[in-house]
Amino acid sequence: MQIERYGHVRGSRYNLSLTLLMLLSTLLAGCGINNIPTYDEQVKAAWAQVQNQYQRRADLIPNLVETVKGYAKQEQDTLTAVIEARAKATSIQIDANTLNDPAKLKQFQDAQGQLTGALSRLMVVSERYPDLKSNQNFLSLQSQLEGTENRIAVARRDFIASVERYNTEIRTFPGRLWHSVMYSDLPVRPNFEATAADADKAPQVKF
Amino acid sequence: MERARRGVWVALLALWAGLFAQCAQAELKFPALSGQVVDTAGMIDSDSKERLSQMLRAHEELTTEQIVVVTLPDLQGSTIEDFGYQLGRFWGIGQKGKDNGALLIVAKDERKVRIEVGYGLEDRLTDAQSSVIINQIITPAFKQGDFVGGISKGTEAIVQVLGGDPLAEPVVGASGGDDVTDWKMSLLFLILFVAFIYINMRWGRALGGLGGGYIGSGGGGGFGSAGSGSGGGMRGGGGSFGGGGASGGW
Repeated sequence: MQIERYGHVRGSRYNLSLTLLMLLSTLLAGCGINNIPTYDEQVKAAWAQVQNQYQRRADLIPNLVETVKGYAKQEQDTLTAVIEARAKATSIQIDANTLNDPAKLKQFQDAQGQLTGALSRLMVVSERYPDLKSNQNFLSLQSQLEGTENRIAVARRDFIASVERYNTEIRTFPGRLWHSVMYSDLPVRPNFEATAADADKAPQVKF
Repeated sequence: MERARRGVWVALLALWAGLFAQCAQAELKFPALSGQVVDTAGMIDSDSKERLSQMLRAHEELTTEQIVVVTLPDLQGSTIEDFGYQLGRFWGIGQKGKDNGALLIVAKDERKVRIEVGYGLEDRLTDAQSSVIINQIITPAFKQGDFVGGISKGTEAIVQVLGGDPLAEPVVGASGGDDVTDWKMSLLFLILFVAFIYINMRWGRALGGLGGGYIGSGGGGGFGSAGSGSGGGMRGGGGSFGGGGASGGW
């Protein structure tokens, strides 16, 4: 009897604290206690997409270089520049942990920017070779490259927006409060500079 | 005193108006998703519009893949690549989680056309395939002023490619014989595919009459087909876009 009563009391107290906990967590969730980690995950996801798309571009290059080589051997310099820029760009990998390092991010951005430049020079040079321009393999690769450059632009813009939202949450009320109380291990993140030609293009003015 | 106060008011009003104008300029305005064919530039006659809508609705009911044809009077100062993926995300074309939507966008003033492909369709409707559709089917027709023909044939080609039958990417200067067989095979596939859709539609409708809804269309969390009797409206399934596809101009 005694034991049973004791058990009953314990059960109801357990229930009460469970209810309180649930109530509290709902209330706190309403105040945005989960925002910072949620946005942090979104930043990581956006970054993964950026890397995917850059990788996709890097994967296209060997095939592209081979195709161009077959028609435009004279353009050795341009081809070498692309190959070297690709090697450099793929050697810099940033995972979620080094994403907080502004120097590393800038390095990555510069290397990829260089590859973008080398590639666009290669495409300009290709215009001079009519045989190359009518080669089906080349046309296919060209459209894939264009598509991928566009994907990169979109992924970069998404990444920039996600970092902005994350940083804003940390720097403004009430996220600022939650950050100092609970998430001080998650720092303000460095962002891409939107200065590169393909990032955050200003809308073109047409007259 | 009164004058000074009025001056301040005017200045504030001007500032506010200026801010408002800036905001308005930065934001793109998207048309409403009125159906499978959103013809805001008025380039498609109503018969063709109805035919295309029916084809795309049938494709959606069969596969849950959403394809929308949209014509725009202009791009509001944006590029078609920029406008395209944002429009796709705004409408949420394709099912949530699958991102299996595609847009065929025609910008009248800028003379640009683009196929915008959602993540989930990129493996079939590749950049190269999209480019072939634009450069070999759509823009040649557009150059001759045949907008309806270009849009219709382009849309049919998109459906065909998504049906698992990629377009031949004909080699320039190759012998003609190969081309003809390729073309015939494509046609055969297209006919089979359309017949399949048709049978499925009939079937679906019969079952729908009995059961009160389409089987096979419930997965997406609700979209246009359930109320297809009411004016052919359409709702995006929440799909997203990442900039895949191809563009061209005429």
